[in-house]
Amino acid sequence: MLRRASLVAALSAVALAAQAEDAREPVTSFTLGNGMEVVVIEDHRAPAVVHMVWYRAGSADESAGSSGVAHFLEHLLFKGTHRRASGEFSKIVAANGGTDNAFTSFDYTGYFQRVASDRLDLMMEMESDRMVNLQLDEADIATERDVIIEERNTRVENDPGALFSEQRNAAQYLNHRYGVPVIGWRHEMEALDLQKALEFYQQNYAPNNAILIVAGDATPEEVRALAEKHYGPIPANPALKPRARPQEPPQNTERRLIFRDARVSQPYVMRTYLAPERDPGLQEKAAALVVLSEILGGGQTSVLTQKLQFETQTAVYTSAFYDATSLDDTTFGLIIVPSEGVSLQDAEAALDATVAQFIQDGVDPEQLERIKFQMKAQQIYARDSADKIARRYGAALTAGLTVEDVQAWPDVLQAVSGDDVIAAARSVFDRKKSVTGWLMAAEEVGQ
Amino acid sequence: MKAFVAVVLSFLIVSPAVAEIEITEVTSPGGITAWLVPEPSIPFVSLEIRFKGGASLDLPDRRGATNLMVGLLEEGAGEMDAQQFAQASEELAARFKYSVYDDAVSVSAQFLSENQDSALALLRETLVAPRFDADAIERVRAQVLSGLRSDATDPDSIVGAAFDQVMFPNHPYGSRYEGTLESVSALTRDDIVAAWQGALARDRIYVSAAGDITPEAMAGLLDRLLGDLPATGRPQPPDIPVKASAGVTVIPFDTPQSVALFGHEGIGMDDPDFFPAYLMNVVLGGGGFEARLMTEVREKRGLTYGVYTYLATKDHAALVAGRVASANNRVAEAIQVITDEWAKMANDGVTQDELDQAKTYLTGSYPLRFDGNGPIAAILAGMQMDDFPIDYARTRNARIEAVTLEDVKRVAARLLKPEALRFVVVGQPEGLPDAAQVLPVPGQ
Repeated sequence: MLRRASLVAALSAVALAAQAEDAREPVTSFTLGNGMEVVVIEDHRAPAVVHMVWYRAGSADESAGSSGVAHFLEHLLFKGTHRRASGEFSKIVAANGGTDNAFTSFDYTGYFQRVASDRLDLMMEMESDRMVNLQLDEADIATERDVIIEERNTRVENDPGALFSEQRNAAQYLNHRYGVPVIGWRHEMEALDLQKALEFYQQNYAPNNAILIVAGDATPEEVRALAEKHYGPIPANPALKPRARPQEPPQNTERRLIFRDARVSQPYVMRTYLAPERDPGLQEKAAALVVLSEILGGGQTSVLTQKLQFETQTAVYTSAFYDATSLDDTTFGLIIVPSEGVSLQDAEAALDATVAQFIQDGVDPEQLERIKFQMKAQQIYARDSADKIARRYGAALTAGLTVEDVQAWPDVLQAVSGDDVIAAARSVFDRKKSVTGWLMAAEEVGQ
Repeated sequence: MKAFVAVVLSFLIVSPAVAEIEITEVTSPGGITAWLVPEPSIPFVSLEIRFKGGASLDLPDRRGATNLMVGLLEEGAGEMDAQQFAQASEELAARFKYSVYDDAVSVSAQFLSENQDSALALLRETLVAPRFDADAIERVRAQVLSGLRSDATDPDSIVGAAFDQVMFPNHPYGSRYEGTLESVSALTRDDIVAAWQGALARDRIYVSAAGDITPEAMAGLLDRLLGDLPATGRPQPPDIPVKASAGVTVIPFDTPQSVALFGHEGIGMDDPDFFPAYLMNVVLGGGGFEARLMTEVREKRGLTYGVYTYLATKDHAALVAGRVASANNRVAEAIQVITDEWAKMANDGVTQDELDQAKTYLTGSYPLRFDGNGPIAAILAGMQMDDFPIDYARTRNARIEAVTLEDVKRVAARLLKPEALRFVVVGQPEGLPDAAQVLPVPGQ
């Protein structure tokens, strides 16, 4: 089927989290004396490596009032250190034929370089340097703050779907920082300063709060020797606090919102429910929800697609999504983009009726088998990219999971039964814990 | 990882500066050629099929026909309707992706070794015997129309369409390949069948694969997979000279950040000056954070999150072009800085230091691109479409190294024309010169 570019792009990141993982991945892990965790993923097909450092610190670890500081600091790490001038980091990576970048999410901040494997030593030297030796001045701060505000303009302000998503998320979380956008609220971004950035840096950037992941053409022995040389001498931060973030109170009220914007020409309905995430040693519920999202919205033969796009033509697009890998409570979502002439009200009613009917009918065993076979196949396809395997480990470990959890995950998924899926559906589809949003055009073009 | 030893033999990279990839060419009894990198360590295959031409083969009053046709290839074929086909491909865990571009239709497939024959039989049906059922046509048409309606109020889509319209008047490149609400609504099944016959023909086909497959097996499957396609398709469209003039075109649209595309005529890949131009572009705005535009517009002034330039080498036109996005009250300054840098490089070229750095970046990063069956198959297909020799990967870095400072200076003076640099801006830009030309949102 043809995919709607704009919408699918927004959802694809979420869909990735639903992919199966491979227990047979050649993975080694160990911990340095200062508490820095190390994961090595071997793939010797080409003489290249990805070198990544993940911090267990994301936007949900920020303190109230300085939203966006985790991401702001991510940008500032490309400025100078005691050893290097501003911008020199990326310049050296490029001069060595490499590429580098960084990313921030709710639960983590990560930095990576892709280089020829004989440059791993240099990358570790530079990355360990900026873990503790960052040198910032007021000029860096002012210019880079303009950059992140332009980034917010690009990602959010210019895109009504992204603005809608921020509002829904804020309504979903009554108390947890997942309700605050990773990039930050604009008014708080404008007030970010050197002191706030440095506070977040000193609190969170330390070896005992970091995970080193090397994927590609390197052996565990090589990685251990280089890691001990570069990261080993950095002392642990004894003041590191456990990640006890404000948790959600009982949610007992259905929330509904309407977002209108003149730039919307294709309205849709999106519903999210507060949902449990994968926990260490306890991944069964999350696995059932992953399978549920596949059964409802995972492809052309999924329940929503079949009932709402093929049988009735109520919708031009439907999907279900669930982000299983998260430190705290996550969400399970449903979306319906109605066909022309179908109101949002009718689309939402059809969506609810379809899900209710599915719970009553139970899981089609053949569909469940197809999904499980595809998950097994995904373990084979996934081995083509050490880079992606590395990202999967990084996201899981910064969400509080262990290497063992990641390796057990494919088997946990394969063990999910049809009854497990229906039980998970009954439990997660609780309207009192949900937010339903309508994205609509400006008033005069309304329904 | 001892299991990988065998792999290294067929995937040698001697030093970081040379991609020693062993590509095998095979030809089927029926005369279809394919490039292949066997790599048996993971039990699956990535297969790429490209048809030269793509959406540019649309007839003038049938814009969007090729796009709609490609969207229907997986919506029923042979004995199977859309649902039956989807179920069959899910049962095999095979992945088929059909895409359309201005100059190509591309088919990317991934399938497991354990059910390779069944997966290929399924893929064959979609190419050789698509059904174009009436209900499928209406379903996919509705999806295309929904996308077009969304794009009509999306700044990125608006600026892309407007820029193409300005750069390529009276050519398929000048309009969106998805078509318009009107043209797509009017397409008939006959139009879709004609688009299929015009685009998916053996006289324009390029095939590549990487993964768990031998040259013998590859040669043996090509005729079964593609031999029943028509021998010839529609003629390719004519070349178009790009005639941009300096200035700013504004499409007023109420959004906080202006998005600008800019550019003028570029340089083809077959031009002897292409490699100097390629290096010049890396220094100007093509690389990472070190490019001049990134330094001047983002790092020094904080005017944008991202600015870049690229050499667009289409089959029938070439551009040197770029993109920037800045708040409405800052975009005028961004445009001024870009214009100044354009003129500066046209006059002075690049420095030796910049050239050296661009070379080490390009030569060092090239082998890193060949990092999996999927990427390798895609690169092989691209090399064939660009008419590169089969040993190109081995000689490419030497061509980069051979470029001199004088070459870049000469090519910068030839290629960069501040007097022709056109900006197309969507938003509510402030402080632009009064001479800015104002156009309506395309298609409205």
